[in-house]
Amino acid sequence: MKVAFTIAKRFLTYSKGQTLAIMLGIAIGVSVQIFIGLLITGLQTGLIDKTVGNSAHIIVTQVDDEAFSVTQSGFKPVDDFTSISYAVDGALVVRVGDTSASALLRSADEGALAIYDYEEKLTAGRLPQTDDEVILGNLLAEELGVDVGDTVTLQTFTNETREVTVTGVFDLSVAAINERWMVGTPSGAQSLFGLGNNVTSIEIQVKDVFAADALALTLKDELRSGYSVVDWKSQNESLLSGLNGQSISSLMIQIFVLISVVLGIASVLAITVLQKSKQIGILKAMGINDTKASLIFLFQGLILGIFGALLGVALGVGLLVSFTTFARNPDGTALIPITFDVPFILFSAGVALVSAMVASLIPANRTRKLSPIEVIRNG
Amino acid sequence: MANIIELKNINKIYGTVVKTQVLHDVSLNIETGSFNAIIGQSGSGKSTLLNILGTLDQPTSGEILINGIPTSKMKVPQLAALRNETLGFIFQFHYLLPEFTALENVLMPVRIKGEKVTPEVLKKAHDLMDLVGLSKVKNNLATQMSGGQQQRTAIARSLMNDPKIILADEPTGNLDSDTTEQVYELMRKINKTFNTTFLIITHDRKVAEKTDRIIEIKDGRIVLDVVKN
Ligand SMILES: Nc1ncnc2c1ncn2[C@@H]1O[C@H](COP(=O)(O)OP(=O)(O)OP(=O)(O)O)[C@@H](O)[C@H]1O
Ligand SMILES: [Mg+2]
Repeated sequence: MKVAFTIAKRFLTYSKGQTLAIMLGIAIGVSVQIFIGLLITGLQTGLIDKTVGNSAHIIVTQVDDEAFSVTQSGFKPVDDFTSISYAVDGALVVRVGDTSASALLRSADEGALAIYDYEEKLTAGRLPQTDDEVILGNLLAEELGVDVGDTVTLQTFTNETREVTVTGVFDLSVAAINERWMVGTPSGAQSLFGLGNNVTSIEIQVKDVFAADALALTLKDELRSGYSVVDWKSQNESLLSGLNGQSISSLMIQIFVLISVVLGIASVLAITVLQKSKQIGILKAMGINDTKASLIFLFQGLILGIFGALLGVALGVGLLVSFTTFARNPDGTALIPITFDVPFILFSAGVALVSAMVASLIPANRTRKLSPIEVIRNG
Repeated sequence: MANIIELKNINKIYGTVVKTQVLHDVSLNIETGSFNAIIGQSGSGKSTLLNILGTLDQPTSGEILINGIPTSKMKVPQLAALRNETLGFIFQFHYLLPEFTALENVLMPVRIKGEKVTPEVLKKAHDLMDLVGLSKVKNNLATQMSGGQQQRTAIARSLMNDPKIILADEPTGNLDSDTTEQVYELMRKINKTFNTTFLIITHDRKVAEKTDRIIEIKDGRIVLDVVKN
């Protein structure tokens, strides 16, 4: 064992250039794998986060869109739901002096605050606290020419009116929302629309966004009839199939990188056996047994694999760090949010290590067959 | 005295299409602790015989017994152990590992045996290097030594595991007459001190003259076998 390791180490340090070249080869393979893998994952996480981060994953409504009582619907929260908003929505007209605009009044209960993160998204003012306070989307506020502290009149389609004070302006980064949404307290919305304790929808965020469709199905079974349950996945099928295609192509790239790394190591090590056949012959004449002789090449594979993988991880992480540092949005946030997925990095390094070992099996096996007499005779 | 090596009717034929018989029915007994020379013209089959003796090559037919055990009955790992512990080789062309220093080459048989390089072992290696007159170059890489120095390193290496038998194929082929003299004195000394059996191929009549027994090979046959007293 020890002698095989000593010889393997010496063979590698003796031809430094060649050793470095193989290590670099492995390192580039590993770093490409880490870089592409994490980049694609980051890209997808970013996309999914943009799609579902600040929106409901599952929405429950009545089929006829009427308001309903939560208790009568049969709805029960489960652990998989991270946020639940019992929402009260209604369309109305907002007036300020001569200007008016149509808007959607939404309620902000605890769940809605968690889902839409209004507090964070406020560009001015504070959240509404009483029934005659609201916050508006920034585009709506602009259209109406109102600001924090102004009073506006809300008029429903059943001609109910109410004066409310604007306590804040938000920006949810979606123009359609910023143009139309107005957010008040649940009780304020319920009394304005005359809904009593009823709600118009239940909006839910779940722990595992990809389980939303399954959870929606279970939920639908539990509800009384006449309710519709919609999940984000069924509404974003083209996005999901796009992401899936991306994952597959990323996997293909990784597999081909891996294959080329394995072939590279195998061929270089096969050449080393030829280069070192004289030495192997001498060692065999001195009585090294075949197992130890082949261990020399396995150890070379191991050493090359370890250092190649380490170098590759350093290179890959370095690439990602510089990528996140330089590829930024105008507002300074990362263009693609990359998480340094340690298990994935370790996996890539491990795969490289294993492939280096596997690649060295071929030359190791060839040493076994080498007979010392061929070397002795051919001087 | 007991025979450490016995060769029985060894034939060696090279090639499968064009067959050349290099050894013809060679039988030979070597006594434990004897100091033997093998002489003969170039191409007569000396190296072939020695390589077969050393289990590096297989005879086409015939039997080799080392310490009374037929080598044909030994498995590959046993043969390797035999080469490591019982046999010491000095080849016609010096065969050192170029990646290692002279001293490391000398220590290699111990490492292959799987033993630790203890201070005693190290001292022995240094002593052997001194013995072959290489104190000054022992930390040179094998490639940074002259041919004669490499040859002497190979001699020191062959002695490292205290083998029972040393098989030397023209060990002094590259050396000047003074050094040749010293190397023979050295081998003689080892032979006397440790009762090591020597089988030395040489072209040098003068050298052969100093051994206990001269075996002459001609065209793959033993034509002369003189034992001196
Ligand atoms: N692999 C081989 N195939 C065919 N013939 C071989 C082979 N090896 C050696 N021979 C032949 O066997 C004969 C004996 O060779 P060997 O090396 O034993 O000679 P030698 O007595 O050691 O000669 P020298 O003194 O020159 O070293 C030679 O005629 C040689 O050509
Ligand atoms: Mg010869």
